[in-house]
Amino acid sequence: MLEILQEYDVLAAFRMTVYLTVFAAVGSLVLGTVLAIMRVSPVPTLSRLGALYVNIVRNTPLTLILLFCVLGVLYVLQVPLAPTDSPTSVRDNAIRWAIVGLSVYHAAFVCEALRSGVNTVDRGQAEAARSIGLTFGQSMREVILPQAFRGAIAPLGSVLIALTKNTTVASIIGVAEASGLMKTIIENETASVAVFMVFAIGFVILTLPVGLLFTSLSRRLAVKR
Amino acid sequence: VSAPSLLFDAPGPRARARYRLLTLVGFLVAAGVLALVLWKLGQSGQLEPAMWSRFVLTSDVWTQYLVPGIVKTLQAAAVSIVLALVFGLVFGMGRLSHLAPVRWFCGVVVEFFRAVPVLLMMYFAYGVYAANNVFGVDYNAFYGVVTGLTLYNGSVIAELVRSGVHQLPRGQSEAGLSIGLSRGQVLRSIELPQALTAMLPALVGQLVVILKDSALGTAITYPELLQQGRDAGTAYAAIIPAYVVVALIFIVVNYGLTVLAGRVERRINRRGRAAGGTITNAMPGAPGGSGAMASTGLAGDNVQNLDPRA
Repeated sequence: MLEILQEYDVLAAFRMTVYLTVFAAVGSLVLGTVLAIMRVSPVPTLSRLGALYVNIVRNTPLTLILLFCVLGVLYVLQVPLAPTDSPTSVRDNAIRWAIVGLSVYHAAFVCEALRSGVNTVDRGQAEAARSIGLTFGQSMREVILPQAFRGAIAPLGSVLIALTKNTTVASIIGVAEASGLMKTIIENETASVAVFMVFAIGFVILTLPVGLLFTSLSRRLAVKR
Repeated sequence: VSAPSLLFDAPGPRARARYRLLTLVGFLVAAGVLALVLWKLGQSGQLEPAMWSRFVLTSDVWTQYLVPGIVKTLQAAAVSIVLALVFGLVFGMGRLSHLAPVRWFCGVVVEFFRAVPVLLMMYFAYGVYAANNVFGVDYNAFYGVVTGLTLYNGSVIAELVRSGVHQLPRGQSEAGLSIGLSRGQVLRSIELPQALTAMLPALVGQLVVILKDSALGTAITYPELLQQGRDAGTAYAAIIPAYVVVALIFIVVNYGLTVLAGRVERRINRRGRAAGGTITNAMPGAPGGSGAMASTGLAGDNVQNLDPRA
């Protein structure tokens, strides 16, 4: 067991997991926020476009999206995201397309998380804000959005945790992250429970603090009803 | 699509002009993206009729690849949902036990399997099965997929059971205890039936998660729909059409299931079969995840299928 840990760089694999998580989190937050704004906007076309995106993406397996990004878009359509003449081009392209695929997929869930935050605000709040004479902008700024963001904290935390776990799917397109390394070890050495526990506990260590942080944030900032 | 939103005023003339402008911008952006995709596809010859006709006009892609793949996907999903339900009931009841060690043990097991990626469990389970040839060459991958799906989704269902029981009004268990039922009897004959009814929409939603996750089987050589689609794409040199067709199958089935979950939920709420109302599968276990979603939504229709599993 110890020689396995010495021979294979487990920490580097988890660094790649964190790297994918951070960049895909930023990407999906940006794209998901745009989608959420479209989705709750009063313009029917934008709202429908947002709904179309969400319904298509969240009903498609992430595995399919990532495989399509690499085998379809990168190799068939020839759209590289990293220079193709460098010695690490295969690796770099796989990583960047994995980040794009993860962002595209999780943006749909970020959108729904933000929308569910808006959904937690009671209609009475909007009615009360307008009836005391606040303008549209004021009622948004002072009443609705503060509550909506607080309501979105817990679901956004769940999306971040799921994203961390979903980066393992990138191993299918050849990104050397934690689960890919575990697969290699299992194939080359032994399928022992100890090897599995090392990697499983690695993921628990990555996701547990995030869960605790978001839970305590959402409790502390919860809207009293 | 959605109920009239209270977020915005009825638009006046200037707002209507702005909406028209935004509609135009939306159309233009969408058309631009579509044009770019089509141009790129056309450039590499993906729009040739021959690339697509195999999937529409002839049946051999379907009989040799896609239909067997669909069958394999459904087999893995069906076995997994049944086993996950058993796992979830056992551990969900365990977490509600009044024996602290049982509660503690079940809690650790459930939280562990919820925190570990499904793919990691599949790699490990398949590695063990293949190394020891547990189920025979033909079934090692199948049970690898089933193991991963069962452990993760079983833990999610255990959390659903727990939150379903917790969500019931206290009067339900108090009434049971006051007529002389034991704690176990109250759980089995009063709380669980109502919790299960309330869980039904979430369970259907979980089926979507299982179907999508079964595609992970492609990583351990299980010939499910995605794997068969990849094989078909390579065999007929039509990689992009193959992915599009497979994606469409997944989207149609999963969207249908999501709609079904919504119908079930409305039906249960209308008939008032569960004293606590239904739980959506929105982030099971997450604080504010269940129940909070069911409030009078400002943004229109209810939010469903929030679990971003692969």
